[in-house]
Amino acid sequence: MTTAAVFRSATAAPRAVTRATGESRVVRWLLISIALVFLALVLLLPLVLVFNQAFAKGLPAYWDAIVQPDALSAAKLTLLTAAIAVPANLLFGVAAAWCVTKFEFRGKSVLITLIDLPFAVSPVISGMIFVLLFGAQGWLGDWLFEHDIRIIFAVPGIVLATTFVTAPFVARELIPLMQEQGSEEEEAAIVLGASGWQTFFRVTLPNIKWGLLYGLILCNARAMGEFGAVSVVSGHIRGETNTLPLHVEILYNEYAFAASFAVASVLTLLALVTLALKTLVEKRMAS
Amino acid sequence: MRHNSRTVLPGFGLSLGITCTYLSLLVLIPLATVFTKTAELSGPAFWATVTDPRVVASYRVTFGASFVAALVNTVFGLLVAWVLVRYRFPGRRLVDAMVDLPFALPTAVAGIALTTLYVPNGWVGGYLEPLGIQVSYTWIGITVALIFIGLPFVVRTVQPVLDDLEVEVEEAAASLGARRWQTFTRVVFPTVAPALLTGFAMAFARAIGEYGSVVFISGNMPMKTEIVPLLIITKLEQYDYAGATAVALVMLVVSFLLLLTINLLQWVARRRLAV
Amino acid sequence: MRGIPTTMRNRLLASGALIATLAAATADAAAQGAPKPVNLLNVSYDPTRELYEELNHEFIRYWKGKTGQDVRIRQSHGGSGKQGRSVIDGLQADVVTLAVAYDIDQIAEKGRLIAADWQGRLADNSSPYTSTIVLLVRKGNPKGIKDWGDLVKPGVSVITPNPKTSGGARWNYLAAWAWALRQPGGNDATAKAFVARLYKNVPVLDAGARGSTTTFVERGIGDVLLAWENEALLAIKEMGPGKLEIVAPSVSILAEPPVSVVDRVARKRGTQPVAEAYLRYLYTEVGQEIAAKNFYRPRLASVAAKYESQFPKLTLVTVDGVFGGWRKAQAAHFADGASFDQIYQPGR
Repeated sequence: MTTAAVFRSATAAPRAVTRATGESRVVRWLLISIALVFLALVLLLPLVLVFNQAFAKGLPAYWDAIVQPDALSAAKLTLLTAAIAVPANLLFGVAAAWCVTKFEFRGKSVLITLIDLPFAVSPVISGMIFVLLFGAQGWLGDWLFEHDIRIIFAVPGIVLATTFVTAPFVARELIPLMQEQGSEEEEAAIVLGASGWQTFFRVTLPNIKWGLLYGLILCNARAMGEFGAVSVVSGHIRGETNTLPLHVEILYNEYAFAASFAVASVLTLLALVTLALKTLVEKRMAS
Repeated sequence: MRHNSRTVLPGFGLSLGITCTYLSLLVLIPLATVFTKTAELSGPAFWATVTDPRVVASYRVTFGASFVAALVNTVFGLLVAWVLVRYRFPGRRLVDAMVDLPFALPTAVAGIALTTLYVPNGWVGGYLEPLGIQVSYTWIGITVALIFIGLPFVVRTVQPVLDDLEVEVEEAAASLGARRWQTFTRVVFPTVAPALLTGFAMAFARAIGEYGSVVFISGNMPMKTEIVPLLIITKLEQYDYAGATAVALVMLVVSFLLLLTINLLQWVARRRLAV
Repeated sequence: MRGIPTTMRNRLLASGALIATLAAATADAAAQGAPKPVNLLNVSYDPTRELYEELNHEFIRYWKGKTGQDVRIRQSHGGSGKQGRSVIDGLQADVVTLAVAYDIDQIAEKGRLIAADWQGRLADNSSPYTSTIVLLVRKGNPKGIKDWGDLVKPGVSVITPNPKTSGGARWNYLAAWAWALRQPGGNDATAKAFVARLYKNVPVLDAGARGSTTTFVERGIGDVLLAWENEALLAIKEMGPGKLEIVAPSVSILAEPPVSVVDRVARKRGTQPVAEAYLRYLYTEVGQEIAAKNFYRPRLASVAAKYESQFPKLTLVTVDGVFGGWRKAQAAHFADGASFDQIYQPGR
């Protein structure tokens, strides 16, 4: 399980390269140019386009699109969803990392694979399973209708689907980190008479706090941006069950291109903030 | 379940309990519905559903485009990782941070942005149209979206390996008279190969399930540009639940096998590094 | 419009029932003081966004004035088939306003949420407005498209949504089929061959009518869009005159988008009176006027006469007349393995 490393970028400065192992200047700049042109085409251009389109109709139109009631209620729902899904996955992630890294037991590798499972499932399927479970035609449908409990096509369904999709983020960040750190410090604390909770809060938590934060940042970004799974369970009721990404799609389908990109630009800013925070945390982790 | 009680640490029962309960309620029980719903189909009916020509065509589109996208990402991902690790140039750190944009950007935003770029009257599409190349609403458009989504997987898998690569080994090769290109193909490449393969598999795994960024640009033509996730949704929207879950089951199995392959590859890669 | 007597009768029926409902509601309100605010969810198909936005605004004022009760109306839009499926799956709509009767039949049948005889409960087959399918082309009609037959010419690119999920697309499909049947020597086999050739010219299949309009209008893909008449007129209005033109084909289909209260949900939520009044409001002069302003063909003769000039004159056939009703049409053309699947899978 070193998947977490995948998300982390290199922070070390490039080493001084000797002549024997370095490429000639021409080759070097050629390679750099190709890489940069490729990245500009693939990453930068879409980014620039989002902001360009967002301001296509001027600043007032941009502002109107963002403070429009449906957009605000979508933003509220997006925040609410993340505010439930992220802490839930924090609790799960810490518990999972604790039992996987501090203890040896049979079936551990199966458990680790299961933790990863939501990442391997297509977002569409992640939404569909909740429709199958809670939909009116599903396992619990009739019972839920009679008791007037709404899950899908309502906020709980959106939260559930989002939580499912983002479940592994914190756990898969913590597991390699805690594996690397070992258990000696915690064991010492216990032997010296500290309680389990004291050990966790005073010894473990300070050691893993940056990794934890890192996982939370990624988890939050995905929770706020999830589209496929939420789209299946939302029901698309304006002002009620639309999240920001769904609102982007709705506006896009309404000839409201500038407004759609205006809302998209808010999400893009969020992504950029995520990247900045992530880079900061990486620096902290490296030092 | 009992752990081998070597450690004095408490909390095994609690943490395992939370983990298993959470996984069961949130992941396993919901996923089980895919199996129970599919079970409503008889064996032959299941087979007919998942081998229906339109479904097979959608496998071809999804797996084909994902494969090409992952391949492109492998080549350019290695290049980007190499450039980021080995060279200094202005803005390197910024570029490094930007590589993760596809992780952070909501897929719907990526979808509408890429579509707007590549339609015939778009910034990029406008240049390609006169050349007779149509990207949006074709197979190429799907691949473009999947390249965007998959890029960080390859870069971020290869980067740490390149970082750890001992320059001394390359120096030795050079001092033994190896030319630079030979050093790369004989020394560097074999070392990063497992990581590269892992990155490829991850990009591929992500691509086959992708929906949000693809659905806007794909055109959604049955037999031609219809991806599997969209086909699942279409079946669902036509009240064909069993059909939708049957196709979903196929995708789940493929994804799970990929997940196992990736974990195995990483295990191999780590052993290789440790030696 | 010839059927004035029927329309008049329907209007009388509608307004009579409306008054009765209102009287009951007002009496209720008077008895209990200020009535509690109520929420309505209207689950609708793709191109009706603008229509219901305007109608809801008027209805809220009207209902407040009549009963003192505040109504909040929520909207959900998407492809008609998809929306119907969501209601069956538990989207708790108080009213559905969909593109084809079949989708409401499904809610009645599979979801058991609506009485089976729903279509007889309101006037005009429960369709307060009608529309039809027209051809929308670019300025100057560069490909010279005059009728359905021109759509299968080589080099003509046609935009239409996916009939499996979109109601409008099903009307498109049936209109093309009906035209082919009326050609000399036309029969089901020639019609199927014609439609198959037509779909060979389709480069994009969006999930809903609105997506197709976007593809054609904003993305500049395709030479002709098969569109709801109301959607085509709206696109022309949105884009400004002179960029798009409507071509009226020699034959098209009378599209009757139906509406219904979702009985089981409305009963449970206690929204029946307001939900019924809401749908009946569509039949009033104000409602009909709003429909016409949003380019739907009104049923009410007086409003129809007023807006006559905005709609092209067309020969319209009906689903009942040509296809024997929606159930038969659905089974023959859009069910799994039916004609639409067959034209996409030459191997079967």
